[in-house]
Amino acid sequence: MASPQVFLPGTRTEAVDQGYRDAAGRLSRAILRNRKASIGLLLLAVIVFVAAFPGLLAPGDPQAAIYDQQLGPSWSHLLGTTQVGQDVFTQLIWGTRLTLLITVSVGALCTLISVLVGVTAAYVGGAVDGSLSLLTDIFLIIPTLPLLIVLSTYLEGSGTFAIIAVLVLTGWAFGARQLRAQGLSLRTRDFLEAARVRGERRPYIILVEILPNMLSLVVASFLGSAVYTVATAAGLQFLGLGNSGEITWGTMLHFAQQNGAIESGNAFWALAPGAAVALLGTAFALLNYAFDEIANPALRSVRRRRAKSDS
Amino acid sequence: MRFIIRRLGLFLLTLWAALSINFFIPRLMPGNEATAMLSHFKGINPAALHALEVEFGVNNNENLLVSYVQYLGNCLTGQFGLDSARVPVMTVILRGLPWTLGLVGVTTVIAFSLGTLLGIVSAWRRGGALDSLLSPLLFILTTFPVFFVALLLLFIFGVALGWFPLSSNYSVGEAPSLSVGFISDVIDHAILPGLTLVVTAAGGWIYTMRNNMVSTLSEDYVRMARAKGLSPWRIMLDYSARNAILPNLTGFAMQLGFILGGSILVEYTFSYPGLGYLFFTGTTNHDLPLQEALFLFYTLAVLLCVLVADFATAWLDPRTRDA
Repeated sequence: MASPQVFLPGTRTEAVDQGYRDAAGRLSRAILRNRKASIGLLLLAVIVFVAAFPGLLAPGDPQAAIYDQQLGPSWSHLLGTTQVGQDVFTQLIWGTRLTLLITVSVGALCTLISVLVGVTAAYVGGAVDGSLSLLTDIFLIIPTLPLLIVLSTYLEGSGTFAIIAVLVLTGWAFGARQLRAQGLSLRTRDFLEAARVRGERRPYIILVEILPNMLSLVVASFLGSAVYTVATAAGLQFLGLGNSGEITWGTMLHFAQQNGAIESGNAFWALAPGAAVALLGTAFALLNYAFDEIANPALRSVRRRRAKSDS
Repeated sequence: MRFIIRRLGLFLLTLWAALSINFFIPRLMPGNEATAMLSHFKGINPAALHALEVEFGVNNNENLLVSYVQYLGNCLTGQFGLDSARVPVMTVILRGLPWTLGLVGVTTVIAFSLGTLLGIVSAWRRGGALDSLLSPLLFILTTFPVFFVALLLLFIFGVALGWFPLSSNYSVGEAPSLSVGFISDVIDHAILPGLTLVVTAAGGWIYTMRNNMVSTLSEDYVRMARAKGLSPWRIMLDYSARNAILPNLTGFAMQLGFILGGSILVEYTFSYPGLGYLFFTGTTNHDLPLQEALFLFYTLAVLLCVLVADFATAWLDPRTRDA
């Protein structure tokens, strides 16, 4: 872990900036040195590019039902057409945006709640810790998909925000538990004691002393939530729940499955969005896996172990 | 003892939370889903209708607290009302239960044993052939969504190769019996859904087991065992794996929740008429009583397994007993 920072008299914001800049610098160097992280980052960059400029790859309206129905793959329709005559490839490209948007927002919101709950529980302790931990445990145990199905029934047709809301509600607990554990281990460290003795206020201690030291875990928590979201959101949409009216990879899968795409010789209609979901999941998982290695050097493979410079 | 009491407390609280979710969500959500659904039920047995009204808060002139207590009582005695075809929900669930229990039960045991074993070997020969092959494969196993694996297997082994049937639990026209023919037909239909679950579930166990094993292998007691000249097998299994397996047991609950969720998607993909498929059809038919009873069933299943895993952990690891 980082050695305690000693802040000489200066402005508060400088100290905050410095603390985060150091932590972020260590983190980005670690990413670039790790092969898994680099591959994950590259995959993600490609997906973000497609999401940003879908018109470059598929100029056309993904919703327009203007072609023959249920065509197999051909040069004019790389992945065939849907049951109402939309181009599957165009849908795949344009669906990237909403899929990515849902993934990133759920990941970010889950992480925010995890940090709030986890750090509060660890730092305040006592009865607050007790009740927050209990809440976390309850949410961890209740099986996610069944709960999501029950919640989504009532949100049918309410679109993107509803699916983001239910995914956040069911997804924050795992990160909260990890962050609480890390927070507990930090609580008794000398540099926090020193900050308390200096008479710093709680928000300052949490923002400047605790969070920079947890940054890698916060990032890992985001990546973990993203991996969870990619699969869970698509699974939910695959069942026809959530935002069926919009085009995402998951909703494409639903209509493919409902129309027996696999059995009736139009397999790419289902397999292509499925592979896209898997690819996005893999991108986040690679980054997550790499973070585990960065945070825990013992897991690095033997042949590539380097001098521990940043642990 | 304190540990067990605390875990029992968590068990009851979670069960209560799940029941409360079922009771309060229909009341909090906008829209009149429940009233719409109750219109299916004109002219049914008044007692059954009343149970549904209690659960969904349609009968507004009743005290909320009274209905809540009544609802909890109904659930504890297994009275979940009727589904939209006016069959008692319990009957419908019991019809689907054996198929899911068989599918999930067998695949969980296989995935756990296989995953733990591969994790042990992979950590023992760290950097060896299996380990280098496994670590890229692990990404695929743990990050490929369950339904994608299901669709892929369906396409490859069902459609392209034609080795296995595409859907359902047994062939049309077969009468359930204990004959060899029927049993092999059932197994034939269960292989692809089962394989999907094993493939996606084993990854998590391999990963945890390998990483725990990597840490226990560097412990002093393992070095001591090596110094004593014990056989590698004993060091691997009795010294290292034995100490590394505990987190795999405690992680069992979360993994089971994952498998159960996966089984819903798998049953949907293969039209396998277990509880998961019922859950899906219940959702599309707006069969709220069925859906909520199933949610309770899934939660209860996970809770019971958590409890068993907790007791097993307490029994195997004395340190947890006074935690």
